[in-house]
Amino acid sequence: MTLVGLIVIPFLGGLLCWLAERRGDRLPRWIALGTMALELLLTLGVWLSHDFSLPSPGGEASTWAMEWRVPWIPRFGIEVHLALDGLSLVLIALTGFLGMLAVLCSWREIVRRVGFFHLNLLWILGGVVGVFLAIDLFLFFFFWEMMLVPMYFLIALWGHSGSEGRTRIRAATKFFIYTQASGLLMLVSILGLVFAHHAATGEYSFSYDALRDVTLSEPVAMWLMLGFFIAFAVKLPVVPLHGWLPDAHAQAPTAGSVDLAGILLKTAAYGMLRFALPFFPEASQAFAPVAMALGVVGIFYGAVLACGQNDIKRLVAYTSISHMGFVLIGIYAGTSLALQGVVMLMVAHAFSAAGLFILSGQLYERLHTRDMREMGGLWGRAGGLSGFTLCFVAASLGLPGTANFLGEFMVLFGSFSVAPWTVVIASGGLVLAAVYSLLLMQRVHFGPPKDSAPLADLDGREYGMLLGLLALVLLFGLYPQPLLDTTGAAMSEVQRLFGNTELLDATLTWEAS
Amino acid sequence: MSFLLPLTFLLPLAGTLLLSLSRGRLGERASAAIGTASVGLSALATAALIAGYLEAPERQVVTLWTWVSVGDFQPTLGLALDGLSLTLLGVITGVGLLIHLFAAWYMRGESGITRFYAYMNLFVFSMVLLVLGDNLLLLFLGWEGVGLCSYLLIGYYYRTAANGWAAFKAFIVTRVGDVFLAIGLFLLFRELGTLNIAQLLERAPQLWAEGAPTVELAALLLLGGALGKSAQLPLHTWLADAMAGPTPVSALIHAATMVTAGVYLIARMHELFLLAPDVLLLTGVIGALTLLAAGFAALAQTDIKRVLAYSTMSQIGYMFLALGAGAFDAAIFHLMTHAFFKALLFLSAGAVIVSCHHEQDMRRLGGLWRKLPLAYAGFVVGGAALAALPLVTAGFYSKDEILWQALAAGHGGLLVAGLVGAFLTSIYTLRLIIKTFHGEAKSDNARHAEAGQGLAHGVPLIVLMVLSTFLGAWLTPPLAGVLPDPHEGSAGWHTALEIVASLVALGGLALAAWLFLRRRKWLAEQTSQGWGARLWRWWHHAWGFDTAYDRGLVRPYWRTVHALRSDRVDGLFGLVAIMVRMTHLGLSWTQTGKLRFYGLSMVGGATLVILVLALVR
Repeated sequence: MTLVGLIVIPFLGGLLCWLAERRGDRLPRWIALGTMALELLLTLGVWLSHDFSLPSPGGEASTWAMEWRVPWIPRFGIEVHLALDGLSLVLIALTGFLGMLAVLCSWREIVRRVGFFHLNLLWILGGVVGVFLAIDLFLFFFFWEMMLVPMYFLIALWGHSGSEGRTRIRAATKFFIYTQASGLLMLVSILGLVFAHHAATGEYSFSYDALRDVTLSEPVAMWLMLGFFIAFAVKLPVVPLHGWLPDAHAQAPTAGSVDLAGILLKTAAYGMLRFALPFFPEASQAFAPVAMALGVVGIFYGAVLACGQNDIKRLVAYTSISHMGFVLIGIYAGTSLALQGVVMLMVAHAFSAAGLFILSGQLYERLHTRDMREMGGLWGRAGGLSGFTLCFVAASLGLPGTANFLGEFMVLFGSFSVAPWTVVIASGGLVLAAVYSLLLMQRVHFGPPKDSAPLADLDGREYGMLLGLLALVLLFGLYPQPLLDTTGAAMSEVQRLFGNTELLDATLTWEAS
Repeated sequence: MSFLLPLTFLLPLAGTLLLSLSRGRLGERASAAIGTASVGLSALATAALIAGYLEAPERQVVTLWTWVSVGDFQPTLGLALDGLSLTLLGVITGVGLLIHLFAAWYMRGESGITRFYAYMNLFVFSMVLLVLGDNLLLLFLGWEGVGLCSYLLIGYYYRTAANGWAAFKAFIVTRVGDVFLAIGLFLLFRELGTLNIAQLLERAPQLWAEGAPTVELAALLLLGGALGKSAQLPLHTWLADAMAGPTPVSALIHAATMVTAGVYLIARMHELFLLAPDVLLLTGVIGALTLLAAGFAALAQTDIKRVLAYSTMSQIGYMFLALGAGAFDAAIFHLMTHAFFKALLFLSAGAVIVSCHHEQDMRRLGGLWRKLPLAYAGFVVGGAALAALPLVTAGFYSKDEILWQALAAGHGGLLVAGLVGAFLTSIYTLRLIIKTFHGEAKSDNARHAEAGQGLAHGVPLIVLMVLSTFLGAWLTPPLAGVLPDPHEGSAGWHTALEIVASLVALGGLALAAWLFLRRRKWLAEQTSQGWGARLWRWWHHAWGFDTAYDRGLVRPYWRTVHALRSDRVDGLFGLVAIMVRMTHLGLSWTQTGKLRFYGLSMVGGATLVILVLALVR
């Protein structure tokens, strides 16, 4: 029941926020904050009470730490089937934490329709939690689609109009069409799998285990895999399917950007790890070189475009594309070190990107612009804000000691044995990461000040949020083992299913020793 | 005793945290006190470690915790102390303390002192981790950490955009080297299955024969990292611009410690480099080229700090030359003496700059030797050590050791380069002193120079002066057993080389004295017209590397950025939207509401369908 609770809490909290709107603006904020805190605490409770350590090798017993299963539409074999392992736990905890931050960073920014705003915000988070828990493919698809709707409203109703004639409605529509169209491809693939399963067994089923064991002919597997891959690639995003992201980020309110970068992008990586690789190991293996090449392209394309932006939120958005390139490489390298690095990088990027988006939002509240050409020399004026920017920029360029460094380097170390040249080229992205990160510092905080009047210093709420994020970035950068132990079993399962025999041997020798 | 080792970096870290979390509530004196005290305590801990090590020279390993544990990938936060890291530790905390102290005088009255000391302490923290890390990943943490601090301190005066860009350049250029180092780490881990330095060096000779391609490649990649950090050709262009930072920063980071990290890395991994003789030779050749190129560039600078910057590159070139000749201990010895006399020179330069109201162009200085006696003495003693004046200076002993080792190892070319470099060193050093301190004062700033006062100004200069004389050369780094023994050779040849080297140094000084005191007018004429002027300009711009990189790399990159900045790929998807809209327009045009038109189109459509059917059949 805990699993159901994890999903239901944000939805109920959202409704409560909406109802509380007539009681003033403060109440919805506190309800939303409390809801996400409850979500986080519940997740931590689950973490403490369950053992996520490595399963015994070859143990065919359930890989899930918790499971909940009731029939929904028995005629088509559709169930409400929720399950949780280390990977989903980590991502749900992340959702809870970033959800709290999203509420906190909208405290001053959102003044219109506060209750409805929080309804949308919490429903996004509820949908995301559903995505992380659902392993019945119909249910998964349901949550995958449903988290888009409130996000659309978030951008369309509370967004900022962007520079160069970009409107928030246009950004919201673009976001919606991209993700809807890609979702359609996934639906086709899911149905293809279901029909293949029906053809083989005579039964309809959307269950994870049943569909995973379907044997498919090589071309069919490849096509179905591509359906999943493209759906996830749009969300990750993978160049050239990234077009919605910069617009959505730039136009979304801060809370929307935090959730987008922090969690929504991670659903794509999660989808690849949970579905695309285990369902189609051979096809994925064959496709891996292409995927890794796309990752490399993404790293460089994102980095180069980040350098060319004037809008600070667009810059950060393009850096996300660049970072997700490393994630893609790690996923398709498929060694346990690379996969663990992917988890690390997902968590780290959630923190650092959230930090940078929150900082951009705070800058916007003070300067009423996101255009970096109108900034410069803020170091002396903005107080702690500049110092925090420096820290998150350092994290974003992968400075050792931060979680981002560990994530990137574990991915690169782990992939080097599989694809050395990919890694060598991708490492060049580290230089460009430094270029765009320091460019942000240079253009916003260094140089001659445009104005000498000091800006409002960070208040307790803002300082607390940033310090908390920074502490986590450093904590996971220096002592990541609790996190890695939690996801270790889940990742070695992915690695086992992805099935590179040669690598499997390496893992087995390690487990034996 | 094992608690002392972590203290050496935890204390500066505590200083950083205290300063940066104070949110601007600390005054100038409190910040300076905290910043200096943390390094001072760290230096005390180091002194205790040195005493312990001299008593019982044993390798100490302290593992704090396992950083990451995934399969074979098990880097730890582990510290290892041996003679090599101890030497570096002594230099970092000792010289670091003196420079922190001096900075209290240099920085008084500036805004943002708290920030300054927070960065400086963070630097000491990272640098100590760099030399203590027992695995390459922790070393890399320190390596990048010092890079960040260097960036922050070069751009310390952030209001001038140029300073920020200088810092930017420094970070990016060294980062290029760091990427090579990172790839080297990936390669070593894949081949040897560990990042622990001791294990790496133990496994490498078992796996690879001398000169095996993989080991040569790994060594080459590590060398790439070292070249960036230590400002050697071709990744040297950032160091001269790095002088935009406050002068104590130049003394600590860009002379005494950080820029020598590359030398430390190669010495630390020397077993690997010995397996890769070609790369080792390349190291020596790059060192020789850098020391010559930088020596010529130093001749044609007008800014005091830029002369010193090129001189630093040149001296690190000597260290690389020594590494290339297999004389690892000579390299480390020179690293130590260089830290003393170059820190002295930079601090003395700082004293001059502050005394002359932030004037650092030699063309507007002069005649200062009576007014600034202590800074003058610092320049004379430091300059003598830099020029390796025989017998009385520390620099003589360390440089002589390098040249002798190059000869004993049979590297005649390297030896000649070293001797030519020594000649150049003498010339530019004396030029620097004459132009700054002798002749007439050439600007009001120089005429109204006010000598520095106080202990924070005097003590560091005097201590470094003592260390720059032959007394400093008595401090022998305890490197036996850590680095290979030096080459043996006949004592007769050694004496002969000492005499030749001394004559070269003295000859350079004599030539410089003659040129810059007697033939000043003639020299000015020669360098202002024709080929002389061209050569001067070429050397002044340090052989034009900056221009070449700018044209070949930087501008093409920005052109790419501008070409792509509107996201053409996204624009491609915009075509889909345009197509949909066109179709919409086309189809809505057919909705005319006229019955005649609908009737006509129905007839036309039906005819078309029938025709098609008929044709297909």
